[in-house]
Amino acid sequence: MAESPRTESAVRIALVFPSLLGTYGDGGNASVLAQRLRWRGIPADVIDVAIDAPLPEQADLFVLGGGEDAAQTLAVSKLADGSMRRVVDAGKTVFAVCAGFQILGESFLVGRGEVHPGLGVLDCRTGRLPGARAVGELLDESAADLGLGVLTGYENHGGLTTLGPAASPFATVRQGIGNGEGGVDGAVHDGIVATYLHGPALARNPALADHLLGRVVGDLAPLDDHEEDELRRERLAFVRRQGRTWWRRQWRPPARDTSASP
Amino acid sequence: MTETTARYALAKAAGRAAAGLSRLTGRGGGTTIGGRVTLLVDPGALSRAAAGRELALVTGTNGKTTTRTMLVAALRTRGPVVSNSGGANLPTGLTAALSNDRDSPIGVLEVDEPFLPQVAAAVHPRAVVLLNLSRDQLDRYAEVRRLAAIWRDTLSGPDAPSVIANADDPLVVYGASAASDVTWVAAGQTWTYDSTSCPACGDVLRRDGATWRSDGCGLHRPDPHWKVDGDEVIDPAGRRHHVTLALPGQVNIGNAALAGAAAGAWGVDAETAFAAMARIPSVEGRYLETTHAGRPVRLLLAKNPAGWSEALRMARPDTGLVVAVNARAADGRDPSWLWDVPFEVLAGRHAVATGERSRDVAVRLRYAGVDHARVDDLAAAVRAAQGAGPVEVLANYTAFQRYRKVVGDG
Repeated sequence: MAESPRTESAVRIALVFPSLLGTYGDGGNASVLAQRLRWRGIPADVIDVAIDAPLPEQADLFVLGGGEDAAQTLAVSKLADGSMRRVVDAGKTVFAVCAGFQILGESFLVGRGEVHPGLGVLDCRTGRLPGARAVGELLDESAADLGLGVLTGYENHGGLTTLGPAASPFATVRQGIGNGEGGVDGAVHDGIVATYLHGPALARNPALADHLLGRVVGDLAPLDDHEEDELRRERLAFVRRQGRTWWRRQWRPPARDTSASP
Repeated sequence: MTETTARYALAKAAGRAAAGLSRLTGRGGGTTIGGRVTLLVDPGALSRAAAGRELALVTGTNGKTTTRTMLVAALRTRGPVVSNSGGANLPTGLTAALSNDRDSPIGVLEVDEPFLPQVAAAVHPRAVVLLNLSRDQLDRYAEVRRLAAIWRDTLSGPDAPSVIANADDPLVVYGASAASDVTWVAAGQTWTYDSTSCPACGDVLRRDGATWRSDGCGLHRPDPHWKVDGDEVIDPAGRRHHVTLALPGQVNIGNAALAGAAAGAWGVDAETAFAAMARIPSVEGRYLETTHAGRPVRLLLAKNPAGWSEALRMARPDTGLVVAVNARAADGRDPSWLWDVPFEVLAGRHAVATGERSRDVAVRLRYAGVDHARVDDLAAAVRAAQGAGPVEVLANYTAFQRYRKVVGDG
């Protein structure tokens, strides 16, 4: 059979360095996006971007996931060639989770606390949470203008992310830590949507997946998501059940006023 | 009796009493609580229980129990061998296993990866077998390369034990290569996603066939002394040994090669070692073939993406499939790893999702294009598996332990 002509018009989803930024199953976000297009009859291609390959800037949607320190700095060194800057300036949609979120910012910490420059396309800086890593279920209420309601996921990070004035919070944290400051999780800035939600985020929150796809292809017909709904109900019930003890375990001192320092 | 031996004797007695009480009250096998009490009374008990024995330690993300069982089988051709069965691979379990066996001069212990430094310092092993390292229980250990670094610290220095290590896994090579005496075994590595950047310098690792090299510091795959070629293992003298195992999977030929190389350190020749391993029918329920509701059932344990990839490869075509997943402390609380597992290879087949996180499994199978049902009850899940023939049950750790009870082995 000849090359399908539809490939020309397929939505291209770039999964950025899955071998570096895919530690917590976040590569699943790209699979979810692609499948949700295909189920609606819209062709979709996932481009796995290898570490020694250039960023496919012509793609429609970019997905970045979590990763370890060394992988994070390697990813930055590969993307600092201006390609991510051009993608963001072109208004493309970028969905970034955890380490992927941190590297888009101005700076983040590695190793024993050295400051490492980020890609500088998102107005935020990441330092270190006081005390233990944030590990556990994370329950968000999306920012009102996104209108995505309750978002569920799992966080596993040591980052304390401070948003600058150009970025707005992605969500208010209902339970968990999120950015570790201001009671919020993630950031929205131009075409960038960033969060600490793993799970993967788009598998547990199909409304968020469709919101991102909507930015690329416009209005979408609804899908039968009863299995996702069941999973969400179970996770919300779990968080509620754990409620009290869970809060006590996760409690940490309120963040200091860091507005004067980076 | 000196004070230390008196204390150790008392500690052992207290541990045995606690273990007996635990079994009597039906709380468990008693190994862990017994070891904990013994260590509480005498913190040096592990060291004392190990004294005078020649021990091999086996560690790595996947294959610890299987490789330990293989090495025990090989070494038992020479005499009694003490070992820690039942998955008790923390210092408590090791203390219990050793103090319950006074006589065996040789021992093989599997050790949970982060505990290698502590255990090695206490028991002064003669040999350490390093299998592989990959992402597992990230809610507990966060970064896999940190494990490689602590292994490296443990295994360097003049008093370090002999090391038998998988040359195909860059994280293992980094962990082992500071040791003075290493036997490299090309045991294979099919899961490469945790070693794309160099564990030593963080730069890109380039792969070319089986070999790999770091762009930055030049860390590379060492020339292996032992090699695997299909179902043959090639020893350092170049002799080929046909390895026929009752246990399935190419990964177990690699484990056999590592166990065979380790057995060589005790003077067991490869032919004898592999013949002993061939007779192992199953390993503490892993690969167990049994029947349930009139259907043949085989249990496959997989605990992390690398293990699941192997298990999916072992699942025979034309069988019913059950995928059972829990997310308890021993499994890791976050089942996001389901999305690192290539369930897409099951597309076109039918699978039953079960276990405490069956809803996560169902959503994963939906996106993988795998026709599926979701069943809460484990036994009912086996009955719901499609077809009338054999069923492969793929389960993670605590779901697997439940299944051993459900299908009547444990």
